[in-house]
Order: sequence, then structure tokens, then C-alpha cells
Amino acid sequence: MAFSNEQLERYSRHIILKEVGAKGQKKLQAAKVLIIGAGGLGAPAALYLAAAGVGTIGIADADAVDLSNLQRQVIHATPDIGKAKVCSAKQSMQAINPEVQVNTYQCFVTAANVMELVADYDFVLDGTDNFPAKFLINDACVLSAKPFSHAGIIRFQGQLMTYVPGQGPCYRCAFQNPPPADAVPTCRQAGVIGAMGGVIGSLQAMEAVKYIIGQGDLLCGSLLTFDALKMEFRKIKLPRRDTCAVCGSQPTILAAFDYKQAACDLKPAT
Amino acid sequence: MKLTVAGNLKEFADGLTVAKLIELEQVETPEYITVSVNDEFIASDSFESHVLADGDAVEFLYFMGGGR
Ligand SMILES: [Zn+2]
Repeated sequence: MAFSNEQLERYSRHIILKEVGAKGQKKLQAAKVLIIGAGGLGAPAALYLAAAGVGTIGIADADAVDLSNLQRQVIHATPDIGKAKVCSAKQSMQAINPEVQVNTYQCFVTAANVMELVADYDFVLDGTDNFPAKFLINDACVLSAKPFSHAGIIRFQGQLMTYVPGQGPCYRCAFQNPPPADAVPTCRQAGVIGAMGGVIGSLQAMEAVKYIIGQGDLLCGSLLTFDALKMEFRKIKLPRRDTCAVCGSQPTILAAFDYKQAACDLKPAT
Repeated sequence: MKLTVAGNLKEFADGLTVAKLIELEQVETPEYITVSVNDEFIASDSFESHVLADGDAVEFLYFMGGGR
């Protein structure tokens, strides 16, 4: 199918790029991206991916919009307080681009639903705020050979990496197991600069777009870290870990599982 | 000897272990850090025994759990 005049105008700044062109824009239109977490990272990512014309965007989040979210979660506005985040996010995305199909999942992502959820998508974006969820998303994506973007933010710092099946390390290669609950501060405890979500979440959207159009180098095999106080980006090489429990040569994790959020017991809750 | 620690070239005494470097660098949450030396991960139970050599490049990877 050809683009309508309106589409040609809407996406003209994309189409003019030799790396995108009409062909790349069609790929974006045909692509399905799942965003888990409609918060600090998910908000800018969802807005940019909707604006970019990614044809189908899934967004999963169990929570409702809270006043304390608005300092950074730019997809939600003050009148949205109390609304389901996925509904508020969908509204903002479709206000920017009514062409985008937005699938909402108002639920916690757990071992019981994660495999089914990621199966419908081409690329997954982790915008969650806790380690059990980050490891769960990693395992599900590795087990279903699904590329995904991992990211984390805290205070004035952020980092991200991209997993591409068969091509590089996974999040577990680098970090192995979640730290015990409360051993490492969360944004709620330690705070985070709102714009950090904008920087890192936008970079996640950038990785998704590059993966979809098949251009450039992804953060596959490297962790990009950003220190806003020093205004310094660093790209740290990430090797694969042959002993990785999920993507190593003798994996012990063969199905997605939930970590219990108990204070000191972080054995797999099987 | 000279080590490149998180991208910065620094001078250290010979015979330095990964564990000692973590201490000297006052790394945050040292129990939960991932360390790579010359782009290879060092198992955390080897931090005490792994002796660094002149010219090594050491990276510390930190858990960052926030996002929402
Ligand atoms: Zn792995």
C-alpha cells in the first residue's frame, strides 16, 4: 500500500532520511513494540514511538497515575491523576498519532503472562522500576528469542543495553542475579532527575527504531552509561558470560519465573 | 603500575587485587558490583585473588533498578 498525502507529510522528516526512506517508514508501520512500564522510561519511549508511526504499540502497567509521577512521566498530565496509566498513555499517544494501534495491558507482568505478552511483539522495551521485573523480562526475551532494550535510571545516572538473540550478551550475563530487596536504592528512595527518563527512555526508543529499520549499530554487547552531573556518556564493552544461567552454554533457567521480593531470600520462587 | 579504571588512567602499587581496588575506589554497593577486566567478567568470588597487571582496563558495572 502507498502512503496517503497526510502520511507523507506526517513522516516527511523520516522519509527524507536515506537510512529510513519510504521503505523504513513502512517497516515502522508494520512493527509491533511492547513497552513494559508506562513511567519515567516508558513515557518518552511511548510518545516517540507513537509519533514515529510504529504501527502497533503494546503498553503494560498495573498502576494508576499518581501526583508524584508527573515530575518525569511526561505522557501523563495533571487531569490524569487516578486514571489507569495505560489508559492515560494511550490517550496521549493517540492524540499525537491516531494511526497507531495501542494495546493496553493493565496488569503486573509476571511469569504467568510474560511469555504470552512478548510473543505478539517484535521488540520489547523494559521500562520497569524493579530488579525482579527486569530479570523476568530478560529471561522471557532470551527464552523467546526476542530482542529487547534494558534500561535503568537513578539520581543523575542512567544506563541501557540492547539484547539481540544470538548476537550478544543478555542482562543476566552482566548482572547475574537481582540484588536483595533494598540493597540497592530505588528511585523512590534515592530520587531521580525527571529529564533522566527523557534521555534514557528516548535512547531506548532510538534502539527500537534502529532495530526495526535495520540501520546502525545497536547497544548489543555494550552498556551505555550516562552521568548527567559529569555530562558524560560511556560505552562499556559487555562480554557474554558462558556460564550465564539463561543464555549460557548450559542454561539452568528454562522457563520464566518470578523472584519473591523477600528481604533476604532471593532464590528463584519456583 | 598503571590501570585504566572506568576510563581513567591511574597509578597504583603493584600486586593490587580487584577487591583492594574496589576498596580504594570507594565503589558504591561493592557487594553487588560486576567487574570486568580487559572486557572479561571477573567472578565475584575471585575479587580477593585476582591480581591486576600493569595496563589492565577495569570497569565497574552498577545495578540501576529505577525506571518508573
Ligand atoms: Zn546471558
